[in-house]
Order: sequence, then structure tokens, then C-alpha cells
Amino acid sequence: MSLPLIVLVILALAAAGFVLGRGRAMASAGGDIRLLHSLPGYYGWNVALAAMIPAFLALVLWLAIQPVVINGQVSSMISQASIDQSSLDLVMSDVRRVAEGLDTAVAAGALTSEQAGSIRTEFTDVRDRLGQVGVALGSDVTSETLHAAQRYRELSGLGDLGRAIVVLGLAVLGAAWAWQRSNKDFRARNSVERVVRWILIAAASIAVLTTVGIALSLIFNTVEFFRLYPAADFFFGLTWSPSFGGGSELGIVPLIWATLYISLIALAVSVPVGLFAAIYLSEYATPAVRAVAKPLLEVLAGIPTIVYGLFALLTVGPLLVDVFGNGGLLGVNWMAGGTAVMTAGLVMGIMLIPFVSSLSDDIINAVPQAMRDGSLGLGATHSETVKQVILPAALPGIVGAILLAASRAIGETMIVVLGAGAAAKLSLNPFEAMTTVTAKIVSQLTGDADFASPEALVAFSLGMTLFVVTLGLNIFALYIVRKYREQYE
Amino acid sequence: MNQMTKPEKVAAMNEAKISAEKVQVFYGDTHAIKDVSIRIEEKTVTAFIGPSGCGKSTFLRCINRMNDTIDVCRVEGNILIDGEDIYDPKVDPVQLRAKVGMVFQKPNPFPKSIFDNIAYGPRIHGLARNKAALEEIVASSLQKAGLWNEVKDRLDEPGTGLSGGQQQRLCIARAIAVSPEVILMDEPCSALDPIATAKVEELIDELRENYTIVIVTHSMQQAARVSQRTAFFHLGNLVEEGATNDIFTNPRDKRTQDYITGRFG
Repeated sequence: MSLPLIVLVILALAAAGFVLGRGRAMASAGGDIRLLHSLPGYYGWNVALAAMIPAFLALVLWLAIQPVVINGQVSSMISQASIDQSSLDLVMSDVRRVAEGLDTAVAAGALTSEQAGSIRTEFTDVRDRLGQVGVALGSDVTSETLHAAQRYRELSGLGDLGRAIVVLGLAVLGAAWAWQRSNKDFRARNSVERVVRWILIAAASIAVLTTVGIALSLIFNTVEFFRLYPAADFFFGLTWSPSFGGGSELGIVPLIWATLYISLIALAVSVPVGLFAAIYLSEYATPAVRAVAKPLLEVLAGIPTIVYGLFALLTVGPLLVDVFGNGGLLGVNWMAGGTAVMTAGLVMGIMLIPFVSSLSDDIINAVPQAMRDGSLGLGATHSETVKQVILPAALPGIVGAILLAASRAIGETMIVVLGAGAAAKLSLNPFEAMTTVTAKIVSQLTGDADFASPEALVAFSLGMTLFVVTLGLNIFALYIVRKYREQYE
Repeated sequence: MNQMTKPEKVAAMNEAKISAEKVQVFYGDTHAIKDVSIRIEEKTVTAFIGPSGCGKSTFLRCINRMNDTIDVCRVEGNILIDGEDIYDPKVDPVQLRAKVGMVFQKPNPFPKSIFDNIAYGPRIHGLARNKAALEEIVASSLQKAGLWNEVKDRLDEPGTGLSGGQQQRLCIARAIAVSPEVILMDEPCSALDPIATAKVEELIDELRENYTIVIVTHSMQQAARVSQRTAFFHLGNLVEEGATNDIFTNPRDKRTQDYITGRFG
């Protein structure tokens, strides 16, 4: 039984369970809704959920476990000799390809299923036969591989059958159990709501578990990297010059420096502009202006960062060169090319304006009107009120907004790739090209890198460093917010 | 100001701190206050009573031009304080509000320390020469508001941590700190329990010695307890104004009588 069919059957069972459960509850009350503990729909849902949830859980588990078990069974058939020739992974992927090929051949009618189970390399050119039905194999099929593939098919078929029986059995059992409990005194509403709560908990845990998963995958690869490359050289090395031939120097300092430098410029642009925009919009703008200006400002947040990158590359960079470059307006020669820390920082700052302004605007609006009245009633002007009452009251939220913007700045990639340059450099001049952690992660993992080399694995430790830095930033933000909170309610 | 009438007015207003003439207030198209004229005596407590929506709070907010902060609100007519028209273009509403303080319905201390709450007004208006003078203002304001003994050991704690009644007295102290001449109170006890209310009423009675107080209240008992003069508003009109005793024992207008005997409102 194929997977979509199983899902459809479960859904059909659940639908039937809904109708039956509802009917049984109604019957037990003699058709009078008022005698039921819960509304009839709850009895229906109770049966439907009892049919679906265990069945789907079992299905997911089965899908996860079956390939592992079959792989284990089949790989024991592979001889040590062929493992030595290439590797177990490669042989096994050959086996799976042949097994899939046989499946396709059977489905296309080129082989009967008995033939697929019994053909031998000694009598048939399997590669040729499969080629005829459109399955291309890279090399001739050895007898061993074919055997393994046939065994693989056999086990898969068995597994699929077991899967159908177990899953559908669970669905029927669950539905039947819930159905026989459906009578007028059964508290179906409470039962359904309990299940719904667990579904919500499961959804929340998926997000948390994903974070943990991301962190773990980074940690394992980082540890692997540090076995190949000394950690001290990584954290304190002042030179970044990877070479895939070996003998690379992988010091993170220039990358971190450029990342922080660009982020700092970006924040220096976005925080004042965004905050002032928020103050204008929430305190001074008339409703008509606000209704137009706020969405317009938020359009900035919707522009893909690659477009900002192009803006940096084509407009801002050349503009800056015209001012600060050789023969520029200022008559100085600080800037050699369009890509520079300043270019990326300015454009990133523009990108972050809506983050700062939109969040700050919401927070300033949340300060109660009573605070404004109290201050105005004491003879304070509007701007004194904003400065001394509203901003302090909104400060924790504003700090949060700024740190969110900082996290974005540190993790931003496309603008940096296009606007900041590709050379890792340690310099104070903001008009020089530098490159950041994120840009280097991209360049280390794209291309023909061997994944086991330190030059590729370094990407994970770079990622891990970024992860730790942003995490530290968030914790620091929480601390600041708690310490300086001015609570108004 | 009209030069011709000024001497007369000053003469006529020996006792009137505030005098309003034919005041109209519009909220957009709504005519909220109709033709209200009233004189409010110096160093007395005047209570504004009336059913909800009768315009008593709106009129109160005209006296320190708080209605200016509402875009759609328009005020016509004259309101004079010490003979000076407060709606004259020469008058800065911000300065006016330092002279005419306000206490609101719900206690609204700033999310700052108790000290900073009181020091807020004096700092803005530059009333203190140095830190010692500022501390002196804070202490005397808290003493006048009867809050000093309760908070003197914790001036650096947040004002929002006080109880509701203490918060309201803090707001009164905050208003006193800028040395106003008039204090407007918009239902100052409506969010307080009876014990806190009693304390605030006692405080109002003490403040009468130095300040002209106008209080809007929903509670007729409160008006009777704290005020010397009472004005009854109904549907945007000032129906009747007089000594509190007269209003409560011998109202001239039938609407006043109906309201204070509980027939409506």
C-alpha cells in the first residue's frame, strides 16, 4: 500500500469515525442535544482524533525506522572486498539504485515481479535491461549488488505491508475505542481540548527542538574542525588565507572585526534615523500622515537583501568613490574601489531603519496616554514629555528593537557579499574593502571543497561563533532591559 | 486685553480667582459645553457635580488648556485667571499649566523613582538653584501632600510601587511641587478605596489654605464633604452654582434637586 493511499485511508477512517461517534452520542441521548455533556461535534472529533493521532504517529515512526533497519540488514550482505574498493555508503547507494530500477521495471511491465526477484547477472545483462526502461546505471551490476538489491526490495515490500497493517490497525482500534466510549455522559469536550493542547505543545516543541538540532549540528562539525586545526590559531590568528592545497591560515579576527565594524556603521545609521522616525510617527504625525508614512517605511523591510546588495554595488559604492576616492570631491584618496566597509554599512543601515522604527513606534504607542497627560499637566512641553517620560518608559522595548537590528546586521550576508568586498583585512579605514564571517561561510562551502578538510569545516566554527555572539547579545539585552526597566503598570 | 474694561474687571474680581464668561466647547460637531459662565473664588474648594457626560471634566480641562492637546477640540469665550485671559495668543499654555496644576482620575505616577516624580516639574521649570534646593522642594511637597512620613526612607524606589492612594497623593505632591496657584482635580478618588479616599479628602481640605482647588466628582457626599462651593452641570449647561450648603439643602433649580435626591444621574 503506497504512502498517499495509507494517508487517505486514515483520513477516511477519521471522517467515518466522526460521523459514527457523533451518531452514537446522539443516539445515547435519544436525539436530544440538551442531554449530552458536550456538543455533538465534540464526540465526532474525539473519535476522529483517536483514529488519526496514533496512526499518524506510528506512520512517522515507521517511516523513520524502516530504512535504518533495512540498511542494516542489507549492508551485512556486502563483502569486505567491495567495501575496501570504494566505501559502504557508495555500495549501498548502488544497491538502492538497482532496487529502484527493478521497481521501475516492474511498474513499466518490462519485468514481472517474479522475474525481478529471480534474475541473475549470470544470465541477464541487468544494466541493459534496466536501461531499456529508462533507468541508467553508472556501472555494470555485480552479482553481489543485485542480490543485495533483490533482498532490499524483498525487505521493503515486507516493511510496507507491515506498515499498512500496523498503521491502519491502530486507526481502526483507536476509532473503535473512542467510539464505544461515546455516550451522553462522556466528557468529549474536555477530552478533545486536552488533545488540542498536546497538539499545540508539539508544535511549540518543534521550534525548540529545531534550535537544539541546529546548535548540535554546528557543535559536532566545530569539534571536528578543532581536531584538525588548533583553536588558538583560529580565535587569535590575525590572518585569513585559506588555500585548499593545505597550509591555510584560518584566523577569525579579521572577519569578526569587519563584521562588527560594518554592523556598527549600520547601527549608527539605522538607530538615530529609525528612532527619530518612530518618534515623529507616533507623537507628532497626524493620523493621515501616519496612515501613509508607516506602511511606506515598512516597504523597506520587504525588499530582498540581494536588491539592497545591488543598490550598494551599483549606486552607493560609486557615489562614495566620487566623494572619497582618487580625484573625488574632497580631493582625498581614501577609497580605492566601490566595495568597502562604508558602502555595506550604509546600505545595511538603510535596510535596518524599518526594523528599528516599526518596533519602536509600536512600543512608544503602548505608553499609556495618562503618562502624557500627567507630564503635560505639569507644564512640560511636548518634547520634554517625549524625552523625559515617554522614551524612558519605552526604553526596554527600544533596546530590544536595537539589539534585534544588531543581530540582523551581524547575520546579514548578501549586502556584504556585494558591497563589502572579498578580501579579509584588518584595518581601521572604513573605506577599505573587507569581508565578514557570513560572506566567508558562503565562500568556504560553495565550490568543490572536500567536506572533511579544515578549509570547509571552518565554516561551521564560523557559524558557531556567530551563533554564540548573537546569543550573548540577546542575553545582554535581556539583562539591560531588566535592569533599566521603568514599569508603568 | 481690552484696556477699557480691565480696571472694572479687576475691581469686580477681588475674590474671583478664575472667571469664565460664555464658554463654548466643541468636539468636532458636538457642542459639549454651552454658554457656561462661572466665578471661582480664591482659596476655596469648588466642586463640579453632574451626571456622566455633562461636561464637567471638559470644562475643568479648559481651565489649564489641556483640551489643546486634543486636535478636534475648539474652545470659545473667555476664561480669566487673575484677570488675564488664558486663551489670549500671548499666553503660553505650557506656562499656564505650571500655574494651574492638574490631578487625574487614575493615579498616573511616572515610571521613575518617588524623588524623580516630584522633582520632574521643578527640574523642567528650573525652580531649584541646586541639588539641596531641589531636595528641599521635594521634601516640602511630600510633607504638604501628607506623604512624607510614609516615603521618606524610600525616595529612590519607583513611584509605581506605592499603593493606589499613596500614588494619588504622590501625584498631588507632584502638582504642588511646581508651586501652582490653582489645582484642578478630575475625579481624584474614583479609583481609590474608602480609606484612601478619606485621606485624599483630608488633604484637599488642608490644601485649601494655600491653593484654589476645583474638583470634579461623581460623589455628591464627597462634594458636600470637601467643597465650599458647588456647581451643577447638566447636558453641557451650568445649571446652578452656589454655596455647597445652599445647593444641597435648598436647590433653586428642579434639575439640581432631582439630581441630588437621586432621581437621575
